[in-house]
Amino acid sequence: MPQVTYVSHDGKSTTLDVPLGTSVMQAAVLHGLDGIVAECGGSCMCATCHVYVHEDQLAKLPEMELGEDAMLDGTASPRRPNSRLSCQLVMTPEMAGLVVDMPETQT
Amino acid sequence: MGPAGARAGVVIVGGGHGGFQVAASLRQNGFDGGIALVGDEPQLPYQRPPLSKDYLDGKIGLDLLLMRPAAFFDEHRIELVTAVSATEIDRAGKAVVLSDGKRLAYDHLVLATGARNRVPPLPGIELDGVCYLRDLAETETLKQRLAACRHAVVIGAGFIGLEFAAIARGKGIPVHGVELTERVMGRVVCPQTSAYFAEAHRNAGVEFSFGVRVARLGGEGGRVTHVVLDDGRSLPADLVLISIGVVPNEELAAAAGLAVDNGIVVDEQLLTADPAVSAIGDCASFPSRHSLKNPVRLEAVQNAVDHARCVADRLVGKPRPYTALPWFWSEQGALRLQIAGLTTGFQQVALRGNYENGEYSAFCYAGDKLLGIESINKPADHAFARRLLAAGRSITPAEAADPSFDLRAAAMARPAG
Repeated sequence: MPQVTYVSHDGKSTTLDVPLGTSVMQAAVLHGLDGIVAECGGSCMCATCHVYVHEDQLAKLPEMELGEDAMLDGTASPRRPNSRLSCQLVMTPEMAGLVVDMPETQT
Repeated sequence: MGPAGARAGVVIVGGGHGGFQVAASLRQNGFDGGIALVGDEPQLPYQRPPLSKDYLDGKIGLDLLLMRPAAFFDEHRIELVTAVSATEIDRAGKAVVLSDGKRLAYDHLVLATGARNRVPPLPGIELDGVCYLRDLAETETLKQRLAACRHAVVIGAGFIGLEFAAIARGKGIPVHGVELTERVMGRVVCPQTSAYFAEAHRNAGVEFSFGVRVARLGGEGGRVTHVVLDDGRSLPADLVLISIGVVPNEELAAAAGLAVDNGIVVDEQLLTADPAVSAIGDCASFPSRHSLKNPVRLEAVQNAVDHARCVADRLVGKPRPYTALPWFWSEQGALRLQIAGLTTGFQQVALRGNYENGEYSAFCYAGDKLLGIESINKPADHAFARRLLAAGRSITPAEAADPSFDLRAAAMARPAG
């Protein structure tokens, strides 16, 4: 099963199995990771599942839709070029080994 | 938790979004005392918004509804008390009495009791096939009924009724919406947005009857077969969804002598008159700086979760008034509605974007005060609207309606002073 590594703001790293078709957000929440809030449950409505994706892995991700792009303007921690909403990152085989940094705050 | 008199900690009554968030935020804040989360449903705490959307539609299973896995509650020392309701608050003894006879002692009690379906006193309301859509059990029943449904009637054209209608139409089921007022979502959106959504649902095949009352539900052999309107019409129905709103669960508080008035009355810190009792979420009536009329009671995930954080902060010695901007959303078929702010009491609407194509925002004003913004398939506007309103800034109706006006710049501007 593909894995994703989540790095918290204080540097703690957690690697999880993420089944294909499950989002990077869902896997984090189901494992109780503190750095992802996902207030709206994955509807791309709240911008509280913000992650920074390692630059060299950006191309492996599903393309950003307009709604995600817009909601990223409302994140609590600063938006960067490698910002994504993890609810929109649904696992594909190419994404195996993804590393995401979680921001200082989601709310 | 130990016997009364031992370290009592925080007891939270209600295992919905608000109740769960109080527990989670307390631990995140470093709170070290006991936490008990009492819920009357048998499951682990779960998310409600998907019930009327992806879950009802069969796109996601129960595993993805859960707020957190069971292990989270153990690891964070949150005592989950499920399938049990609170029957009494002993304020003098600082304890909650549960339906299984147990007592839970508290230092602080958080009431997150939520709301329940409003059930109309209609003849036939007890018939089989009359459904609701608020909790998981109701959604399971509805899902099963939907699979075999030939004619659905929806009573009440609010968020829930319309979200259901869109899913039922997606399965090819005839749907008739019956609404007492003259428009859909009349309590929360402007007439232009009501008109747009009604038309979109009609185009998807939903029939509507506005300004009409249901007289009774008719049935055969205990099963609903039709809905009789007070203009004499009879609509065939083997599934009737009652979606006419909710009433706050305030009785527990009222019986304990706490003030209730369309919800449990709390101050700007979400405290009742008893300094050991807070109330949050759907059951709380509170003063909001974002509302023209106060107090308000809101039914929304954002409200419950932000209330919870405010109380969790106070309980670790960081009191602050509750000031979060309310926001709401609904997904109906391909339509995505996002609302920032509270538009109740608006007098004027400025439309921005392409109304005909369903990509627009409605800026709602009272005088020159911007109250709130409804965005339809315009997530960027919604993101900017939240920033604008949260910062207490405004733009004029003329600016809002001007396509060349830079909304992003206005929203991102640094606060004055």
